[in-house]
Amino acid sequence: MEIIVCLKMVPDTSETEVRVDSTGKDILKVRLVYTTNEADNYALETALLLKEKYGGTVTLISVGPQKVDEVLRMGLAKGADRAIRLTDDLFEKGDAWTTAKVIAQAISKIKFDLILTGCIATDDGGSQIGPALAALLNIPSAAYVNKIEIIDNVKLKVDRELEGGILEKKELHLPALLTIQTGINTPRYPSIIGIKRAAAKPLDVFDATKLGIDIKAIESLTILERMYMPKIEAKAQFITGSDDEISLKLATLVKEKAGL
Amino acid sequence: MITLLIEHREGQIKDICFEMLTLANKIASAQKKEITSVILSDNCQPIADTIKSYCHKIICVEDNLLQNFNTQIYLPVLSNIIKEIKPTVTFIGHTGFGTDLAPYLASSLSIPLLTDTFDIELSSDKLLARRQMYGGKINADITSKSLPAIVTVRAGSFEKIMTSSALIPNLSASITKLPFNINPAIPEQSKFLEYGEVPTTGIDITKSDVLIAVGRGIKEQKNLSAIEKFAEDIGGALACTRPIIDAGWLPKDRQVGSSGKTVKPKLYIALGISGAFQHISGMKSAETIIAVNKDPEAPIFSVAHYGIVGDLLKILPLLANRIKEMKA
Repeated sequence: MEIIVCLKMVPDTSETEVRVDSTGKDILKVRLVYTTNEADNYALETALLLKEKYGGTVTLISVGPQKVDEVLRMGLAKGADRAIRLTDDLFEKGDAWTTAKVIAQAISKIKFDLILTGCIATDDGGSQIGPALAALLNIPSAAYVNKIEIIDNVKLKVDRELEGGILEKKELHLPALLTIQTGINTPRYPSIIGIKRAAAKPLDVFDATKLGIDIKAIESLTILERMYMPKIEAKAQFITGSDDEISLKLATLVKEKAGL
Repeated sequence: MITLLIEHREGQIKDICFEMLTLANKIASAQKKEITSVILSDNCQPIADTIKSYCHKIICVEDNLLQNFNTQIYLPVLSNIIKEIKPTVTFIGHTGFGTDLAPYLASSLSIPLLTDTFDIELSSDKLLARRQMYGGKINADITSKSLPAIVTVRAGSFEKIMTSSALIPNLSASITKLPFNINPAIPEQSKFLEYGEVPTTGIDITKSDVLIAVGRGIKEQKNLSAIEKFAEDIGGALACTRPIIDAGWLPKDRQVGSSGKTVKPKLYIALGISGAFQHISGMKSAETIIAVNKDPEAPIFSVAHYGIVGDLLKILPLLANRIKEMKA
């Protein structure tokens, strides 16, 4: 099975304060650590597990500057076979549509059975690239997948996660694209040997010219006008004091509200 | 023209549709536009009857293949409708259904898509959408370079039309039935099989009066046992956010939030939960909410009744002891 996994490098903002920068169109990124987007890690693990079971190769694709190689090398270290980075100033200026078009152009030159992406990115939270890419490649797709079964090498049986803990079970013909939900598996860490081997694996870089992309065709369809801090109105009555005082006040409150 | 797609599951119209009807009516009255609802189903009439007073037109496409949602089958039908009637904007719920369909549809039509929006402004030539980024820590305004565009709307962003505080419309939609024609190869590409439910482990958190919910802030799995003990001491059950499920620390049926369960206990204690939108939507109706978090700006404090800014790993043992003393 020939599998392509799309990886996105994102700033890790899960436990940090996020502020808007002076342009008002981006966040302050100086102190942030960059990492593989959470859901993409699960997509990569899904691909590696399928490769272990059915054979074949795993190709990684990412869009971004040279820094993105860290994410790709990490994926290679975990067991992917080769990586492709799509880099151009033109791509940076784009939106989700631009990214989907660029990746579709790169993939149109590759033989594949299955494309996996994360279901959502922790930065923009758009959930657009996967299904948009499938549409451009004219293959069926399923979003928010949390279970996969391959039937006779030609079909997929998947569970999609809907609201309220409901699952939708569906069947797709290969080639297909799935966007992978977090929690579907336990992403591995790379081994020392894996990290050593990754350095020798192919990582190809393509720009707009090399991809043969029509610049007009990847122009963004949306404009990010501004970013700003949401107004959060704290409704809570804050309980303050020393830890000891807090625990006493809190215990009294819990006792009353829990009806102890 | 404003179009919205009616989402239904097993014959039931999803709440998001009534919320989008509120949004559509708000824009329609300001911009003097008409609202067209689109129903794709095996049985359109009951759905049309339910919404006909809230929109100007209804387009129905009926076929057994449209009984259950399926992007690949919806796609040609919706593409044709959008190409035909050229709505300024098409609203689709940002749901398990909409997130599967909307990017596919917009991309195949090469038109702008704005996802997971919680507010929309439409002027004669411009569409502006407000949405969250970075897990709700930042808001962004995004505009569409051209129209028509597709917009997915976040659940819970608007009141339902029948309980709206604005004037409830009393329209009488005209119904147009369109034929269902589809390339017979498409249903073979992608087939709906059935709905399923997450396996249960015996404890139903929706039935518990007291819930102690944990999030990323508990740091390590080993901290769970003390919290579980505390939950027992106050007669409560343990619940959690999505990251705890993803880490495999608690079973899936303990998850509170949009992809988990909606709970309304008498007391909800949120420990180390920052309060992402997805979580808050599942617990905001609890009678009393107490939140402990080290970040004073955490969104959880916007729904909590009582807040403690501090290290839960320090406060919890002290609290557990106090409870024990009081019970003794």
